[in-house]
Amino acid sequence: MRAGVGGSTSDILPQQTDEQFLRPIPYPSPPRALRAGGGKSSAVMLYFIEQSLNGVQLGMLLFLLAAGLTLIFGIMDLVNLAHGSLYMLGAYFAATFAAATGSFVLGAALALIATAVSGMALEVIAIRPLYGRPHLDHVLGTFGLILFFNELVRLVWGPAGMTLSLPSEMLTAVQIIPGVYYPLYRLVIILVTLAVAALLYILVMHTRLGMLIRAGASNREMVGALGVNIKLLYTLVFGLGAALAAFAGVMQAPILAVQIGMGENILILALVVIVIGGIGSIRGAFVAALIVGLIDTLGRAFLPPLLHAVLSTTAALTLAPALSSMSIYMLMAAILVVRPEGLFPAASR
Amino acid sequence: MKAALAFLHKQAPGFLFEPNTGLIAAVLALLALVPLYAAVAGDPFALTLFTRIVIMALAAVSLNLIMGYGGMVSFGHAAYLGIGGYAVGILWKEGLGSGFLQWPVAIGASALFALVVGALSLRTRGVYFIMITLAFAQMVYYVAQGLDRYGGDDGLTIGNRSTFHGLVNLNDNTLFYYLCLVLLLASVYLVSRLVNSRFGLAIQGARSNERRMRAVGFPTFRYKLVSFVIAGALCGLAGALLANQTNFISPALMFWTRSGDLMVMVILGGLGSLFGPVIGTVTYLLLEEALSRVTEYSGLIIGPALLLVAIYLRGGIEGVFRKAAP
Repeated sequence: MRAGVGGSTSDILPQQTDEQFLRPIPYPSPPRALRAGGGKSSAVMLYFIEQSLNGVQLGMLLFLLAAGLTLIFGIMDLVNLAHGSLYMLGAYFAATFAAATGSFVLGAALALIATAVSGMALEVIAIRPLYGRPHLDHVLGTFGLILFFNELVRLVWGPAGMTLSLPSEMLTAVQIIPGVYYPLYRLVIILVTLAVAALLYILVMHTRLGMLIRAGASNREMVGALGVNIKLLYTLVFGLGAALAAFAGVMQAPILAVQIGMGENILILALVVIVIGGIGSIRGAFVAALIVGLIDTLGRAFLPPLLHAVLSTTAALTLAPALSSMSIYMLMAAILVVRPEGLFPAASR
Repeated sequence: MKAALAFLHKQAPGFLFEPNTGLIAAVLALLALVPLYAAVAGDPFALTLFTRIVIMALAAVSLNLIMGYGGMVSFGHAAYLGIGGYAVGILWKEGLGSGFLQWPVAIGASALFALVVGALSLRTRGVYFIMITLAFAQMVYYVAQGLDRYGGDDGLTIGNRSTFHGLVNLNDNTLFYYLCLVLLLASVYLVSRLVNSRFGLAIQGARSNERRMRAVGFPTFRYKLVSFVIAGALCGLAGALLANQTNFISPALMFWTRSGDLMVMVILGGLGSLFGPVIGTVTYLLLEEALSRVTEYSGLIIGPALLLVAIYLRGGIEGVFRKAAP
């Protein structure tokens, strides 16, 4: 059994397990709303609301990852492909700690701490020498880290993957408007992530640490010359990014499986988000994460029926999955062609 | 003596007189003797392994043209590998098994795709360029996943290798290997002629200072676009070879980590050196193979090794030998 990246060059021939990791993330879309409600149009409307909420929820998770990536890029000028590995690590830690303590919340909290500490250790050992080097060196070095972490996780936790089950009170659905039931856990994700986004905003804009972070992003030499411990600042920012990634991993773990290579797909989505938003801009990451989450989810939900209406069944069956998977990449390409620096270029950060 | 060397350097194809001719000669000798070893030692797997190495080296050489010489960091190069492969697979499935059709289509389709991608992507710079090329590769990946007639997610097994109407029989593995090797050397030669021409100097100039090149009057966009298309076409050829070797194509060929692997091979060997990508590919794939025989967890060693290369080996393996050379 090979990890998604771990053995990729040595097996061009297909392997069951490889395929499994390479598949795009499935988006569970319970068609409950279609069955609820009275008339046909209102059923579609309710389905639309539910799917939009799913889109917002995906966007929120992407924001958690993208915020860390874009902070690290904006401040340390580092392209960190290993960010997805921290996301994976967070999910594995959470599954382990939750199983050990018997509490989801406690497990999640411990996982955040453990990943933040791992991230800071990683920064000190492996990332520090890469600062100030060409981006290509970052890509090579952090690509190596992906291979390393995939194998490490396989060594420690085995190849089978894990599950993280929710506390039973989370397994219900709540009625958000008459006729629309929505899983409580997904609502919690949206709300908690919004709270984290608000905290992040306060941290960056209204605290002394945030001031240093912003100063470090605009002129690191000057900040260093003024007596700020830049090395420590960088380590803290990396730890913060790691904690945010772990948070995303923990929140997503009960919905999807905890498995090796889970970071690779989501990393690319997060990269798309920061590129659309403008690299280095947290505000841009937030807006872009919502756009990407909504377009991806709504595309998957509504493109197939739309295409069915216009095209023959076979053509629609072939085209719809490809088109809906491609939609965000087409969006990104279109945005970059029109605005080569993203929606919120870092200068206006 | 020095003057004579300098004269030769100017006249001969560049790669014959690189400072580390010894290393290059050793690698070439190794590659040339593989079939002999496989026959003598009764180890047909060695031939399979090295055929793949040679094909991937061809892809790495094409990436090096734009990444090493042109400074265009394409993070979606595996897409061309996939397009070349799918051209062969799709044509075979439709009953067109002739290599005279398959291979030109593979090259042409990749070149066309590179033209579109390049025309749009080359407006962006730096990390944005890396990401937009990645985005286009992901699109092709998802298109391939949606091709249910050609295997979709599971891939397509190709019944037989391209036929060349009696000219060459690709089912002869030794012959196929040497064909791949010849194509690899031909592409290295092509790249060496390109980068030492006025065209090549223009794209290298654009890499170091594009604004200045434009001020001097070079339409850098067109130069870069042409080199982007050439690289895509070469990589498409590598894709066609790969599909022939494995008799199998699947979207996994184009997953982004495959593009990452190609970048690793180029950087590991030596960015912007003619034989660097070949050396890098041989090293990377042999190391991976050797480690996977010793330990189940090869990534634990390869990963940190890549990190160390990124930190300490500027110029890659080839660069180290170049510095060691007098």
